[in-house]
Amino acid sequence: MTRDEIKAAFLEEVNRIAPDIDPADVGDDDHLQDDLELDSMDILNLITALAKRFGIEIPDSETEGIATPASAAGYIAGKLG
Amino acid sequence: MTWETIAKTDAERRAAVLPDPDRYRKTFGWDEARAMLDGLPDGKLNIAHEALDRHVAHGDGDRIALRWIGKDGERRDLTYAEMVRQTARFANVLAKHGLSKGDRLYSLMGREAELYIAALGTLKAGLTFSPLFSAFGPEPIRTRMEIGEANAVVTTASIYRRKIAKLRDAIPSLKLVLILGDEAPDGCVALGPEMAAASDAFETVPMDPEDTALIHFTSGTTGRPKGAVHVHEAVVNHAATGRNALELTPGAVYWCTADPGWVTGTSYGIISPLVNGVTMIVDEADFELDRWYGILRDEGVEIWYTAPTAIRMMMRAGTEAARDYDFSKLRFLASVGEPLNPEAVVWGKEVFGHPFHDNWWQTETGGIMIANTAAMDIKPGSMGKPLPGITAGIVDRADGALRDCATGEIGELALRPGWPSMMRAYLHEPERYAKVFQDGWFLSGDLAMRDADGYFWFVGRADDLIKSSGHLIGPFEVESALIEHDAVAEAGVIGLPDETAGEVVKAYVSLNPGFDPSEALERDIRGHARKKLGPAVAPREVVFRKTLPKTRSGKIMRRLLKARELGLPEGDISTLETDES
Repeated sequence: MTRDEIKAAFLEEVNRIAPDIDPADVGDDDHLQDDLELDSMDILNLITALAKRFGIEIPDSETEGIATPASAAGYIAGKLG
Repeated sequence: MTWETIAKTDAERRAAVLPDPDRYRKTFGWDEARAMLDGLPDGKLNIAHEALDRHVAHGDGDRIALRWIGKDGERRDLTYAEMVRQTARFANVLAKHGLSKGDRLYSLMGREAELYIAALGTLKAGLTFSPLFSAFGPEPIRTRMEIGEANAVVTTASIYRRKIAKLRDAIPSLKLVLILGDEAPDGCVALGPEMAAASDAFETVPMDPEDTALIHFTSGTTGRPKGAVHVHEAVVNHAATGRNALELTPGAVYWCTADPGWVTGTSYGIISPLVNGVTMIVDEADFELDRWYGILRDEGVEIWYTAPTAIRMMMRAGTEAARDYDFSKLRFLASVGEPLNPEAVVWGKEVFGHPFHDNWWQTETGGIMIANTAAMDIKPGSMGKPLPGITAGIVDRADGALRDCATGEIGELALRPGWPSMMRAYLHEPERYAKVFQDGWFLSGDLAMRDADGYFWFVGRADDLIKSSGHLIGPFEVESALIEHDAVAEAGVIGLPDETAGEVVKAYVSLNPGFDPSEALERDIRGHARKKLGPAVAPREVVFRKTLPKTRSGKIMRRLLKARELGLPEGDISTLETDES
């Protein structure tokens, strides 16, 4: 998977949890909580969704890794090796 | 399994503010709590004076009142003397714009340092302060501003543009919009230059103890949210409970993680700690595991008041994640918002060296009523015993009259009215207010039981209100937003048990002709609800039904939806007219 594909898949999952957010409007460096106003329950649900979609584990202590689409693409790519 | 009682040592008892709470309870009178305060001449009172100015008068002006930590780690220390000056400036800004005693100022912003200045500056000027949760969507904001007839709001430019600008015309009472920073959109006033130009001296407006100080909104099962009115006299209870239930002593480093948009974040995140002269930590950011562990360690937090959802998030990450942190400064841990499960109480002892002390109160009570205090042995899962000055009971409402429940019997948790921080009204709704009092009791709407040792145990809500991440959510408000969606004909909203949040909001909807259930529609409805209500209040899941179970009078039977969802007995369904399909 390329980083762009990962990012697109990531945004799909964000939109599934927070359908008020249109992936097309999201900037690469938009912070999910600070800019897009996801709350902590959203983030927990997102972690579960990403774990399922990518088959990776994201420890709660590493949630900063998926804080923005850009950082998430890098973080997930790293996990996928 | 039953959990072993956590017994306190003699040393722990001796170190507690109340070494023998049972004995103290017998002798305590509210005049003793009033004596903790300075008051103003002629029997007047002002919360802001008790929280700030008097400490400066007593020579403690150099103590840090508030250590603010920004999202990016920036820190700002405000001493008591600086808070006095800043709140004076804010009060002068309000006066300059023609606002005076009795007017109502709302706040709508994250945990910026200015929020704390605005809260106390508002009270200092004799205005009523009403904090709103910044993550609310436009709909809850509009309703609350309408009910409370907001005269002024202090917010940020971004929140104003997204959430207030469009509804401004609907709130004719709103005269002044103060915007944080140096620039403001059209029709608003930038707070930065106003504060800079204002005098840092202001004579605190002396209030009658029964004058309104705060309005906190709380959800109702039906109808619009209720504005619980609290008066300046409430500070008597804030002073007493801060000491007795939370161990707040002068100079202690204290962190209340609650947002002032909810009652805990105001009563125990602003007023009680400052009245008790502590140094309070304010973190602008939301929960993040390492950030929180880091704050506890680096700031040397001694007393920590947090919430079950956050504790459960920490537990998820495991004890391992906490291993590298030194929490040795911590000496008292407390939790509120919803019942804390016994595992979490015990987990506190394992990881932080101290158990969590659960306590119970609600928006209407204004302050802590029932608590596990420092010297008390803890029965994990129990909310503790009534604090000094508080008489609590368990009653049964059957047949129109109240009956005292026996030990161990489940009934409604009730309190004898008369404590200083009791709400004085639901704004504009005397009938709704009268309904919560009966036969000399205030009825809490919570179901609980009392054991043979006098400990109280929470059982559930007596009504349909939903407790999610400590927030009380009214199903009616959520249903109303859902049916504003073109596709939705009817909606029923319930709370489902959730490991982390306590409960999560789930909605059942039936559709208007011409609409068919689909994943895309489910998302569209959820997106609509999030935009209207904000993520904390909107449903996390929406399911479709052809019809919803209703009574003869057309009321949706939420109780039945929930029982079926959870596989519980359906109970009395004699009033069911149309069933779910």
